[in-house]
Amino acid sequence: MRVLIVEDDESLADGLSVGLRLSGLTPELVTTIADAHEAVAQGGFAAILLDIMLPDGTGIDFLSDLRSRADTTPVLLLTALDQVQDRVTGLDAGADDYLGKPFDLDEVLARLRAIVRRAEGRADAALRWNGLDVDPARMSARMQGQSIEFSPREFAILRALLERPGAILSKSLLEDRLYGWQDGVESNAVEVHVHKLRAKLGADFIQTVRGAGYRLAKDRS
Amino acid sequence: MNSIRIRLFAILLAATGIVWLSAFIWVQQSTRAKVERVLDARLAEAGQMVSSLISDQRIDVARAPATVTETPTDGEFSPVGYSHKLSCQIWSLDGILVGSSKSAPTAQLTSDDTGFSINAIDGERWRVYSVVNETLGLRIMVGDSYTVRDRLVRDVTKGLALPALLMFPILAGLILFSVRRGLVPLEQMAAALSRRPADNLSPMAVASLPREIKPMGDALNGLFSRVDAMRDREKSFTSFAAHELKTPLAGIKTQAQVAAMAPDSETRGQALHRIQLGVERADRMVKQLLALASLDTGDGTSDGTCNVISVVKAAISDLTRVATDNHVSVQMGDRTDGKTQANAVLLTVAVRNVLENAIIASPPGATVEIVVSRDGEHCLVAVLDRGPGISGLDRARITDRFYRGNGAKEGGSGLGLSIVATALQRLGGTVDFDSRADGGEIVTLVFPQG
Repeated sequence: MRVLIVEDDESLADGLSVGLRLSGLTPELVTTIADAHEAVAQGGFAAILLDIMLPDGTGIDFLSDLRSRADTTPVLLLTALDQVQDRVTGLDAGADDYLGKPFDLDEVLARLRAIVRRAEGRADAALRWNGLDVDPARMSARMQGQSIEFSPREFAILRALLERPGAILSKSLLEDRLYGWQDGVESNAVEVHVHKLRAKLGADFIQTVRGAGYRLAKDRS
Repeated sequence: MNSIRIRLFAILLAATGIVWLSAFIWVQQSTRAKVERVLDARLAEAGQMVSSLISDQRIDVARAPATVTETPTDGEFSPVGYSHKLSCQIWSLDGILVGSSKSAPTAQLTSDDTGFSINAIDGERWRVYSVVNETLGLRIMVGDSYTVRDRLVRDVTKGLALPALLMFPILAGLILFSVRRGLVPLEQMAAALSRRPADNLSPMAVASLPREIKPMGDALNGLFSRVDAMRDREKSFTSFAAHELKTPLAGIKTQAQVAAMAPDSETRGQALHRIQLGVERADRMVKQLLALASLDTGDGTSDGTCNVISVVKAAISDLTRVATDNHVSVQMGDRTDGKTQANAVLLTVAVRNVLENAIIASPPGATVEIVVSRDGEHCLVAVLDRGPGISGLDRARITDRFYRGNGAKEGGSGLGLSIVATALQRLGGTVDFDSRADGGEIVTLVFPQG
């Protein structure tokens, strides 16, 4: 799940970025509204973490722009201005949720998952497929009574596949979800993580569609 | 008596009273003069008439005085009430009373030979005209009592004063009414102002105000807009300060949580390092905010002056560590007689901030120069660096609070130059920014020496 972070404070942006990555999300970091526009134009973000005071304008204006172009990407506003009026302004501009600084990383993650879930039209926090019961908050799952833990990268691939069960996701798309704009991705990284996932979930859980990519096997439960 | 209405009323009433009183005195004086003239003319006429009548022997000398006094002349003031006191005596030149009118006193009316005279007889003042008839050897004296004259004048002036006194309360009422009506716009303005809620700082409508209170309306609108601007500034300062303080805190907290959940020591170490940087930055921000707040309120700045050179030297030595860390050297040039003085606290704050900026902006190995000089009554402290300089777009806003120039190094509060500008403002000076021809920036503090 790729998340765009629009935050100009280096330390906070870095913390969010590392925290999200450790939780199995794929963060992309921009520090200005101009860069944020560019990133959004490329697409592929499940959610946006948006600061309000940015060097080249306010996050509220960016958000209004976004919504006026009918972009419905869920947005979580992060801001130091947490008076009631500021919250109302932010939510009215089209934000899905609002967090006042300083916040808990756990809460950011929980709210991110909640707004993404809402955007996907799911009410239940858990993801279920083929006997697998995934808890995104813990990056863990249960299968036939057994608890399974995943590494952030493994979980990112599993999550991407679970978001659109049955759809074929190409290797490059999965690479994007894994590493974002990071350079120097090893060419077989996706294969390695899929291999590890199959070891944990069973060889049939993820199918390889030759020349196209990967997909989840049909739900037989 | 601090009421325009009462004051105006009193002034108008007093002025009207004074005008009326002067008019009254004037009329009284002129009436008296006129009455004197007319009655004197009548006296003379009567005297001449008696003289000519007895010369012509048309009447008896003894009866002559009664003729004039009982037959009113055709003069202006001939009503019965005033004429009966006209008295006539005829004396022989050797001092024997020949004839006298009934109303005449027994004593001689005058001792003067001819012409007008004033005489007191039996405690009564008389105006007497005497004429000498040479042919008959007689002196004719015609007189009237001043009692009559005074009554005449009194009656005329009384006729004038009575209606005036009766009119005065009515006039006072009219004045009061006019003053009230005239001050209605003021009351309306006061009512409009008192109805205004505290947060309404929109300008009031001045177009319809009378010319006299329009300047007050304009001044109030000016005040409203200044207060509004100040409130906006404070509001934006508060929200900026909240952002600038809470963001590093959020960064520290997030990094602490990252450190707690870090799977490896490298991630944890990096997060801990970030926490340290964040705390340093928050600390700097708090210091700068406190410095700015104390400059704004004027707290904590004593009036003590200090030698400018020693302030600059102290600032350089304070920043030695920063300079060493950045591999920058600082050189001072002194072009004064060494006696230049200025407020120690304000100047220290300003010099420190400018010098620190210059050191941080300079590339490693560069030299920051700080030159103190004098220009007439002004002292100049110029700080020259070899940094990237301030870009044209930033130059106008560089002293704005929380404004960080594009490409500014991470960790700045955006307050340093605001502090410098505020300190210089309090010193009565200015801070000027100029780019150096061969790269770098010159920041000059210009202030009057104390």
